[in-house]
Amino acid sequence: MYVAVKGGERAIENAHRLLAHERRGDRDVAEVTLAQISEQLALGVDRVMTEGSLYDRELAALAIKQARGDMIEAIFLVRAFRATLPRFGATEPVNTGEMQVRRRISSTFKDVPGGQILGPTFDYTHRLLDPQLAEGFVPEQPAIAEASQAATPRVTDILGRDGLIEPSPQADGDAPVGDLTREPLSFPADRDLRLQNLARGDEGFLLALGYSTQRGYGRNHPFAGEIRFGEVEVEFFAEDVGFAVPLGSIELTECQMVNQFKGSTSEAPCFSRGYGLAFGQSERKTMSMALVDRALRAGELGEEVGAPAQDEEFVMSHSDNVQSTGFVEHLKLPHYVDFQSELGLLRKLRQEFAEANEAVEMQEAAE
Amino acid sequence: MNAPTYNFAYLDEQTKRMIRRAILKAIAIPGYQVPFASREMPMPYGWGTGGVQVTAAILGPDDVLKVIDQGSDDTTNAISIRKFFGKTAGVATTTSTMDATVIQTRHRIPEASLHAGQVLVYQVPIPEPLRFLEPRETETRRMHALAEYGLMHVKLYEDIARFGHIATAYAYPVKVNARYVMDPSPTPKFDNPKMDNCAALQLFGAGREKRIYAIPPYTTVVSLDFEDHPFTRYRFNAPCALCGADNSYLDEIVTDDRGGRMFVCSDTDFCEQRQAAGHHGTESAAPHKEKAHV
Amino acid sequence: MTTIAEMPAGFADKVLSAQSTFRSVMDAMARPGSVQRVAASVGTPAGMMRGSAAIALTLFDHDTPIWLDAAMSATPDVARWLKFHASAPVVADSAIASFALIGDAANLPALERFAFGSSEYPDRSTTLILQVDSLTQGPAFELKGPGIDGSALLQAMIKPRDLFQRLSINEALFPRGIDVVLVHDDNIVAIPRTTRLIASGV
Repeated sequence: MYVAVKGGERAIENAHRLLAHERRGDRDVAEVTLAQISEQLALGVDRVMTEGSLYDRELAALAIKQARGDMIEAIFLVRAFRATLPRFGATEPVNTGEMQVRRRISSTFKDVPGGQILGPTFDYTHRLLDPQLAEGFVPEQPAIAEASQAATPRVTDILGRDGLIEPSPQADGDAPVGDLTREPLSFPADRDLRLQNLARGDEGFLLALGYSTQRGYGRNHPFAGEIRFGEVEVEFFAEDVGFAVPLGSIELTECQMVNQFKGSTSEAPCFSRGYGLAFGQSERKTMSMALVDRALRAGELGEEVGAPAQDEEFVMSHSDNVQSTGFVEHLKLPHYVDFQSELGLLRKLRQEFAEANEAVEMQEAAE
Repeated sequence: MNAPTYNFAYLDEQTKRMIRRAILKAIAIPGYQVPFASREMPMPYGWGTGGVQVTAAILGPDDVLKVIDQGSDDTTNAISIRKFFGKTAGVATTTSTMDATVIQTRHRIPEASLHAGQVLVYQVPIPEPLRFLEPRETETRRMHALAEYGLMHVKLYEDIARFGHIATAYAYPVKVNARYVMDPSPTPKFDNPKMDNCAALQLFGAGREKRIYAIPPYTTVVSLDFEDHPFTRYRFNAPCALCGADNSYLDEIVTDDRGGRMFVCSDTDFCEQRQAAGHHGTESAAPHKEKAHV
Repeated sequence: MTTIAEMPAGFADKVLSAQSTFRSVMDAMARPGSVQRVAASVGTPAGMMRGSAAIALTLFDHDTPIWLDAAMSATPDVARWLKFHASAPVVADSAIASFALIGDAANLPALERFAFGSSEYPDRSTTLILQVDSLTQGPAFELKGPGIDGSALLQAMIKPRDLFQRLSINEALFPRGIDVVLVHDDNIVAIPRTTRLIASGV
């Protein structure tokens, strides 16, 4: 006698119970706290906030803990929560020129007003595993100096003063800010939507695409004009009171790429721009984003569009790791109904093939 | 911490309004894919987020919900979605096709004829029937605008040239109300004729691809074919081993590794109703019950 | 001038009233010509019938520009009520409206003044909400099209008398077109762009 599979509900419950057990791991090992994740795995938290599109360190840390360190799963958890939040409006544009800079480098000038600030970086560390870090390591206090009062103008603004770089496109202040989480995307998409898509996009995907432009698939000769990381004020224009009220400050990383010229017989040549922005300290992400942003501007700048990174529909449709992981992983779901239909067709085709061959053989034998 | 609180049927009211407007347009333009601002749902894209959003936007406290995956109420994904609505909307659920007012499905159309007043909600992975022929949305949108479907016929014809048959066994394209070519979602082509002139309203939700489309009741739905290669249904030629039905779509069950096979109804409710009515197959015994584990 | 305290109420239960009203509208749209009832209780600003008010609170919000005809905009009550309960922007240009509320259907503007959508995006069209004198009595209209099993008979007192003749433009325009929801009190009937008039009698 055949008994159809039942008891799926109990299987699900038991699987989730087992997952919770595995998540906790060896119960003799101390449980990791959200503060530990937020403080000691800070770059992971930054990535989850950036691609999760929600600035909340504590929730991002919770998501990482719940996801057992699976970053895409954590990003997904944050996104699903974000989708339930009421939306009050858009903040005033943040002014990264007035950022409280903690790190700031330019590869285009030896020195810049306000100085190059190396800040907390893996750059120039020798990638040697450090056994001291294994346990109980107490680092030295950081070197401390008087904070500089000097302004740190953006390198692209310095170039812009001489007209050497295209002006940063200014949005119409009254135009609504595009939001691809509220409006379905259609192509061609405006740059605000492209940048939003890239900011939410998978770091690995953007890294690969950015890299591909450097290797010749849509080359655009980038220089890292400036990368800066620090705190900026966020303000919200409250209609009730009639002015912008400060909401607090957030950490951002901004990358401005300076790329090969544009220009024509009617327009003086100047450098072009690629832009990257992310929550927290996310340098690889913002640099990749800036490369891809510039690549996606190929059409607008009169360049031939051919490489994957220049293809707006290709890039924007495949950048979101919550979407792509869902669809790739959905292949785990049962598909046996379709498979059965496919199987039936294949058997029929094979049978016809065999019959046809048999007929040919018989004919040949008769001849 | 910003502790989460959730609305009736999970979605917030603004999202429901947006989806509801899209549903009305979809019904007014049968087979046309209406873009909508699909939300991130607490389940992965590709696992029914479109169907879930459509169901959440229409569901009310008086509804009776049935959820099937592969024709079965008991597959893990069907259970998971049914539990989601049980928890967030508190609606009554059923496994009975006849008793349900809203049926959410993945990959099957129930065997029993649907009746007026019912809504069948399909989960759709790739709503664009032309997508495998033309990956660009800008292009496929133009083709739909011009009703330029030659490419689809070329593809089907190439199948015939190569295999002697149209080599599409599921997600078999249809034309709705003599205008839009539409993807019926990955249902086996066996189910295609059930969409035609159906008494129930059929709604299709694709969450990741952000599209909603519909077939109103009593609407003409034709499977694409050629005069000399007419559309045919496929069903394994055997009665169901449990209920003896010879007209239902069958699951192939591998019983051993020596070529043993048996075939049973994919629609578990249909099969159980028949067994309850006294129909038998070669393998049937007492109605099966879930074994209690302690 | 109405103050907020005098403003007619919205839905008693926002979530469930919107859900039940939507199902009535969805059923109406899925079964053209059939009379559906709006059950939810809702306040009505002067000039608005209960069905129209319930539909407005169910489908309108800040993403849907609304156009009001002269009857609906005779006093500021309707616009103010829509703004207060639905945050819906009232626009002067009917061609960009998602919905048009028609209180005096006899003076319905030419349909060309509303959005038909484009061939690529036929959904970007205006839906007309038209208040009429009766949806149960009056001349008979025999209808066919998707959603209708054979033919449907609607008895209604509709101004303009030639509404269906005007809507025949939908046949040539399809998939572009205009969808209409007729309202009388708490009864509603939908005429989507696919519905065709077979015959009309007395």
